Amino acid sequence: MLKVKINDIDIEVEEGLTVLQACEIAGAEIPRFCYHEKLSIAGNCRMCLVEIEKSKKPVASCAMPVADGMNIKTNTKLVEKARKGVMEFLLANHPLDCPVCDQGGECDLQDQSMFYGIDKSRFKENKRFVPEKYMGPLIKTQMTRCIHCTRCVRFATEVAGVPEIGAIGRGEDMQITTYLEKAMESELSANVIDLCPVGALTSKPYVFEARPWELKKTETVDVMDAVGSNIRVDTYGWEVKRILPKINEDINEEWISDKTRYACDGLKYQRLDVPYIKKENSFKKISWQDALQILKDKINVTKPEKIAGLTGDLTNMETLFACKELFHKVLKSKNLESREKNIYINLNDRKNYLFNSEIKGIEKSDLILLIGTNPRYEATMLNARIRKSFLKNNTEIFSLEDLGDLTYNYKVLSNTTEEVKKIIENNCDISNKIKKAKYPLVIFGESALTLNSSKYMFEGFKKFLNENNKITEEWNSLNILNTNASAVGSYDLDIVCKTNETLEKINKNFFEILFLIGQDNISINKKSEFVVYIGSHGDKGAEIADLVLPGAAFTEQNGYFTNLEGKLQMAFKASYPPGEAKEDWVIINEISKLIDGNGLFKDKNELLTAMNSHINSNKKNEFSNLFKEEYINEKILTLPIDYYHSNVIARSSKTMNECRNIRSKLKKTGTEG
Amino acid sequence: MFDFLRGLMIAIKEMFKPKKTINYPFEKGKISPRFRGEHALRRYPNGEERCIACKLCEAVCPAQAITIESSEREDGSRKTTRYDIDMLKCIYCGLCEESCPVDAIVQGPNFEFATETREELYYTKEKLLENGDRWESVLAANIKADNPHR
Repeated sequence: MLKVKINDIDIEVEEGLTVLQACEIAGAEIPRFCYHEKLSIAGNCRMCLVEIEKSKKPVASCAMPVADGMNIKTNTKLVEKARKGVMEFLLANHPLDCPVCDQGGECDLQDQSMFYGIDKSRFKENKRFVPEKYMGPLIKTQMTRCIHCTRCVRFATEVAGVPEIGAIGRGEDMQITTYLEKAMESELSANVIDLCPVGALTSKPYVFEARPWELKKTETVDVMDAVGSNIRVDTYGWEVKRILPKINEDINEEWISDKTRYACDGLKYQRLDVPYIKKENSFKKISWQDALQILKDKINVTKPEKIAGLTGDLTNMETLFACKELFHKVLKSKNLESREKNIYINLNDRKNYLFNSEIKGIEKSDLILLIGTNPRYEATMLNARIRKSFLKNNTEIFSLEDLGDLTYNYKVLSNTTEEVKKIIENNCDISNKIKKAKYPLVIFGESALTLNSSKYMFEGFKKFLNENNKITEEWNSLNILNTNASAVGSYDLDIVCKTNETLEKINKNFFEILFLIGQDNISINKKSEFVVYIGSHGDKGAEIADLVLPGAAFTEQNGYFTNLEGKLQMAFKASYPPGEAKEDWVIINEISKLIDGNGLFKDKNELLTAMNSHINSNKKNEFSNLFKEEYINEKILTLPIDYYHSNVIARSSKTMNECRNIRSKLKKTGTEG
Repeated sequence: MFDFLRGLMIAIKEMFKPKKTINYPFEKGKISPRFRGEHALRRYPNGEERCIACKLCEAVCPAQAITIESSEREDGSRKTTRYDIDMLKCIYCGLCEESCPVDAIVQGPNFEFATETREELYYTKEKLLENGDRWESVLAANIKADNPHR
């Protein structure tokens, strides 16, 4: 600990901190532009100047390490003058276009010039003009506003791992650019918009849409992947205008992926607002009452075992639980399934389907093995953590398969089950490396768990890691990377068919009534069955449905989601469902009320109590025995994810479509003929 | 007695002064260039609307009478798609005019805009721009006259 004096207050701070951080601990606010906690130190904006005793000139506090006995002053005449001077230089070339700038109202430069600047400009010369740069469909540039803090450059190189933004020229001629003026090839690119302290980089889809002060802000969680990033949803009336990250050091730090941020315009399009019935191959609007009556008549003439249900990837736990109760208690059917593929899952223990090392834990790992997963597309925020660990600890990363650019270096092994067999039988280098590693991390993707030998691989690895003390109370190195936001919640609620054949039966057109509860990712070859779709968007599910009941999206209802680490988080209601659409659990409850006259739950509280007691009750599951533990030598192929189109909201989003088109164009080199 | 005479003198003096009352609909009183009457949205001399949808007037309006929606126009400029003033809510304080960075929204000299229905007093962007076009010469002169005091 070092003893320093800040504004005549004595405090003790840790070694290795900068003067700026020490001042922050002491409660002295220091203005800054280029300094950012999560990025390396640049020290080029000079806004953070402070006075240190025995130093003749003011010192840039963000780049100055604290030393013992320093006497730092942040409120003297000298500091004030220095700040005013720096601010005047920054504003010399900054255009006075705040009224048309989208950053207006949340601009660091605006705020700080109000606080620390002077009210007049002495700059009479011509202002600099910098042409706009193309940075893809997400980032709008207005480079004349740039103050060269280089936060975006550092973010692209360090966090995103795509060194595609840089500065050319020097002094007044310095320009930030993507060199070739192309879209940034990263799933984290839009974070530079939040980082930009001025309005040089602003959000293209949100351009001129609204002012920050007129938006209603709701803190909630994201459902685009299973990571459960914490987000802030900004709404104007009914419409979700934008989504911003909310800091959660354990999950997404300060970043969110582009899909999380920009899929929100999908909440406006393709929405289902009234119930529809299919008649003569076209959809007709009907009332809720008629729709439910039709459903009731249909259910009354159908045997329970001929009714099946599939829950979707964006479904919250309340709805999942209501569905479960509906199927078990009211419809008396056992065919409710949450998985889209026959993924091997062992429900005996919660640890068998979680990301046990936790996202935060990735940072301390020293070896990572990826089996049948591409974290860059399946869980972007998690991939950013792997990169962080790679940069910090020089973590060795292995993948069974060549996955292309993951933003870090990794060694490719062979993508066969034989390789896995070798590892778990202690027959190769990697086994020794895992044994030697203090905090190894084995990540199973869903693609690996759909194989025939999935049980063999998973249980084998568990045994291998257990034998080598890699699964302990302190560190559990066995991880499953789920891709759906609802996955862990469904497993927690046991929404997995005890017989493993529901999907197969659906394909064979065995059932007479099929409920699709927000399930849009499966292609079903529909024949005579009566398909009921409950969900928010008109997509694959609604297309084949005979009866469509409009539900709410994740921003329109309060709902729990469990992320891949097993953290229970609540998505709060930021907006309300369109038209006559209702919250999902209400629809399920009404169906049950219609059939047995009572309804499952009186209100949401009753549902939550019942759900809690269900989750907390010990469950015994004979399910895992249904999978054969067999070993076949087969290839482990990570199924490609259509990243920008992975769920209904993203598919309806214009921005995501644009990103997808641009990305597919980038992939073409022009030489493939 | 003296007070009575003094009062009488005032009355007699006033009789010979010009009349204070005016024949209202045909005659109008003098109004200051700062008079805060009916709103108008102005244009630049080249016909381009001034308003840039910065929404400062909407934010500053104490009666929350202004509603603005904005978007990017085809040429990439920032423009309003909707600019509504609820003239019934408006308290004619003039803060919108004061906050406007481009002198787009102004309160003109017109105070005779009474209507028969309430609906007619929900002004839209078209109505406001039309007002601006109608009163532009007066508005410009008023702003110029007031300029030294701003």
